[in-house]
Amino acid sequence: MAFVPGQPVTAVVQRIEIQKLQQGEHLILGFSIGGGIDQDPGQNPFSEDKTDKGIYVTRITPGGPADVAGLMMGDKIMQVNGWDMTMVTHDQARKTLTKKKEDVVRLLVTRKSLEDAVKHSKGCYPRK
Amino acid sequence: MDTESTYSGYSYYSGRSRGSHRHGERSRDRHKSRSKDSRSEKSVTINTPPAEPLLGDSAVRGEQVQDDNWGETTTAVTGTSEHSLSQEDIVRITKDLEDSVGLDCRRYFTLTLAVILGLLVFLTPLAFLVLPHLLWPERLQSCGTACEGLFISVAFKLLILLLAVWALFFRPPRAGLPRVFVFRALLAVLVLLFVISYWLFYGVRILDSQDENYQGIVQYAVSLVDALLFIHYLAIVLLELRQLQPCFSVCVTRSTDGETRHYNLGQLSIQRAALAILEHYYCDFSVHNPALLSASKSRAAKHLAGLKVYNVDGPGNNAAAGLAHSQSRAMIAAAARRRDSSHNELYYEEAEHERRVRKRRARLVVAVEEAFTHIKRMQEEEQKKAPGDVMDPREAAQAIFPSMARALQKYLRTTKQQHCHSMESIQQHLAFCITNNMTPKAFLESYLTPGPTLQYSRDHWLARQWTLISEASVTSGLKDGTVFLLKCVDFSLVVTSKKIPYIQMSEEYIDPKSHKFVLRLQSETSV
Repeated sequence: MAFVPGQPVTAVVQRIEIQKLQQGEHLILGFSIGGGIDQDPGQNPFSEDKTDKGIYVTRITPGGPADVAGLMMGDKIMQVNGWDMTMVTHDQARKTLTKKKEDVVRLLVTRKSLEDAVKHSKGCYPRK
Repeated sequence: MDTESTYSGYSYYSGRSRGSHRHGERSRDRHKSRSKDSRSEKSVTINTPPAEPLLGDSAVRGEQVQDDNWGETTTAVTGTSEHSLSQEDIVRITKDLEDSVGLDCRRYFTLTLAVILGLLVFLTPLAFLVLPHLLWPERLQSCGTACEGLFISVAFKLLILLLAVWALFFRPPRAGLPRVFVFRALLAVLVLLFVISYWLFYGVRILDSQDENYQGIVQYAVSLVDALLFIHYLAIVLLELRQLQPCFSVCVTRSTDGETRHYNLGQLSIQRAALAILEHYYCDFSVHNPALLSASKSRAAKHLAGLKVYNVDGPGNNAAAGLAHSQSRAMIAAAARRRDSSHNELYYEEAEHERRVRKRRARLVVAVEEAFTHIKRMQEEEQKKAPGDVMDPREAAQAIFPSMARALQKYLRTTKQQHCHSMESIQQHLAFCITNNMTPKAFLESYLTPGPTLQYSRDHWLARQWTLISEASVTSGLKDGTVFLLKCVDFSLVVTSKKIPYIQMSEEYIDPKSHKFVLRLQSETSV
């Protein structure tokens, strides 16, 4: 998931649609995010490349909307409703996810197991 | 004057001559006699060396490099010098006797020149003032108030000049340098020219024309004294101040054991730099101990003895030079190939020696501590009560010395220092430590670590045996990359100089308010 500056980022992504849940006067999604271009990437426990400043899912409330939709801990969020999440600050990511006017968020997330699955199905590394 | 390059060092008591140019080419003193007395005696004393070396048995004496105890031959005592000599000094003195005649002439020549110059300079203003009164008193205008005021100023300025010259030039000479001290010579010439030109002017314009304006003459004399004070200022700057700012870093290495120090020197001539370095040598370098070098010499001898190359073609070979060259190369190649276990021997020998030294040192420390507990300082009240069996420091030292003597002797023998310390000196040192309430550790410090050369007795100083060996002229200044040698009898000091670099500094201003910090964190927000 490392990026080369100037080159387009390619990743195998999964589309996840989360319905926001009304709780009191807030709409919640049921997960926590970490990361951002203003944060310290070295402290991210989920990233493979410790210079990756993307937005990662750090915690999922069990039984919450994100859990139901299939989001997993450690996923990197690449897009939210079409908005790019690979080069945003932490606060921008939070605002994009918690827009009051939207009650559905469509995420594109990527994780290592997706890459491995694609590679495996292509037969890149022979399994013995 | 420039024939010899023997650099004989400074010895305060000795009556030997020194080629001393540093002293008083501009000295105007009249009290030379007292300093002359200490230097003019040329007597030499040969005594039995009073110092019994600690190592007394003859069996081991063969190992020693220097034999201090040759005292069977006593010869007549002539003169009252405090110098006592050993065998090596006799050899050197015969050499000195040959050199001394030339050096003596040199020294007295410069001394007389300096005295003459001083008298000339000091008496000139007075002569300027007095001559008109002697030669044409009736035509001379009387001296008014301003003129008499100038008399006072002349008197005080001359007094200040006298004191300043006494302070700057009238100091005991530190050393005898091989060549003329260039700056002093130049200053002497300058002063001479200056005074001569003043006399010329005075002679032509005042004496010949018999000028009546006495005030003008007095002012002329005052201007002379002022100019002399300025020349003295120039002398201070040239002789003292110019070399204070460090300009060169010199690296001094002793050739025998490689001990190296670095010093900062200013702009000096090579001979003055050598003098400064030698003065540092006596304070900083540990004493030269030839007994410590015997191990490496024996190893080197073993290497040489290992291989022999024979020329089977017989003598008279045309290509003898080439043959010798190839022979040596064959030796080196063979030596490299053969399995040499001398490094093994060295390692174990050094480990064993280290162990032995530490064991003896432990025994020594314990013995000395125990010896020190046997005596105690008596208080004032007790002194009146028990007058019996009271000892002064010397007797106290002699009383406790035997209990530690053996341990100390063994330790000194193991560390090969036994020729540096005689029994007499050890007892003296012990008495000194007892008097000053020193602990046993303080007493032992001078025996456990070899100290600077000055700490030991005079015969280790070798202060008169230094030779300056240099490719450049010794009166030329130090430059970057100057190399010269200071040779003593057993070893030499190799000196290289490097210029201290020109430092270019730039500044950067930091606003105190600009120190701001943020936390690096990985915040987690729940959405």
